[in-house]
Amino acid sequence: MGLDFSVVPSYFGVLLQGMGWTIAITIGAGLLSFFGGIIFAVAALYGHWVIRLPMRGFAWLFMGTPLLLQLFLIYFGLIQIGIDLPAFVAGVIGLGLHFAVYNSELIQASILAVDKGQYEGARTLGLSRGQTLRRIIIPQAVRAVIPPMGNNMIALLKDSALVSVIGVMELTLAAQQAISRTYRPFEFYLAAAFCYYIINLALEAGLRRLERRIAASR
Amino acid sequence: MDFELILRVYPFFLEAAWVTIELSVLTTILGLICGALGAAARMSRSAILRAIGATYVSIFRGTPALIQLFIFYFGGPQIGIQLDAFEAGVIGLGVNIGAYMAETMRGAIQSVDKGQTEAARTLGMSRWETMRKVVLPQAMRMMIRPLGVNINALIKGTALVAAISVIELTYTAQRYIGSTYKPFEMFLLSGALYMIIIYVVGQGINWLDRKARIT
Repeated sequence: MGLDFSVVPSYFGVLLQGMGWTIAITIGAGLLSFFGGIIFAVAALYGHWVIRLPMRGFAWLFMGTPLLLQLFLIYFGLIQIGIDLPAFVAGVIGLGLHFAVYNSELIQASILAVDKGQYEGARTLGLSRGQTLRRIIIPQAVRAVIPPMGNNMIALLKDSALVSVIGVMELTLAAQQAISRTYRPFEFYLAAAFCYYIINLALEAGLRRLERRIAASR
Repeated sequence: MDFELILRVYPFFLEAAWVTIELSVLTTILGLICGALGAAARMSRSAILRAIGATYVSIFRGTPALIQLFIFYFGGPQIGIQLDAFEAGVIGLGVNIGAYMAETMRGAIQSVDKGQTEAARTLGMSRWETMRKVVLPQAMRMMIRPLGVNINALIKGTALVAAISVIELTYTAQRYIGSTYKPFEMFLLSGALYMIIIYVVGQGINWLDRKARIT
């Protein structure tokens, strides 16, 4: 059947829209994984055991199983308990939680590595336990793991393609839609790959700038 | 929790777990081959080979594995490559993880002290001899653990082939979620099997790593 890329430009709008959704999912899930990661880390280190133990189990389960399986669990599981979320929201929650677990592991190690003197100093100055964590420990701990969390963010962007499987209309599904009308899978998947590559380059450049700024502010 | 259901369907999941194991083994082998070739190309003296290696790593690490899989499976016939879903799965996943393994291997090789290479060259060893007799034996030991991380990701990554209908663990879980409406049970059953596979492989990597350290 040979290749014919001349059909691609007429679906430019469809792909562009898909790209927009991919970026939206990445940002939404990225924010969720960032703040979720901090909350999980604090709960895992300082929470009551009633919180801590289920948390460990949850992290263990989410790090040991495939993301695709987790997306199926969240999408169909929520429907089963009567919460019928739009696929987009389920996708953002699934991706966000998955990477929150990985971010949490990084932040936990980083919190433990913050100098003990910082904690003692803050307490001596009259800050409460919560204040010390919020204002002194966590900002330092999070800042130290921005580069590896950035790598997770890049992985998240690429894994966002998986939410097409539960029917979220992002770049991969947009390409599939174009393919179902033109029967040209090679051309459109290649075009989609190209779009991902561009977003990936932009994200990497952004992260490098962020890292430089953090390094400079030290 | 519907234990009766789990007892009824688990044989199908065990069968599917074998497919996941087969996929993982074949993908690991292909990944290691692609990784070694990629790493060699990236460190080659020829600028053309270096560019080819860098392009391979950049493209396959910069785009989603799912899309790569789709290109191999759905796009293959258009350029005259007819693969069944399992073959496309192994090739797609293997070439993808190979790009990551190439970077792991290159990192380990370049972390061997430069003085070692210089000393070996001064002793009259050729470039290839130096690599084979001095650098690689040391680098191999250092790459076991990071390659283990790649393999761990690869095992979980085999779930992607469910999207091209290879009947492995995730596909089976998805099918039974659809027919039983019991997502939690199916998730726990397939999740437990994934974790057993990953645990056993992890122990194997630890054993290799310990053994490599003693000698």
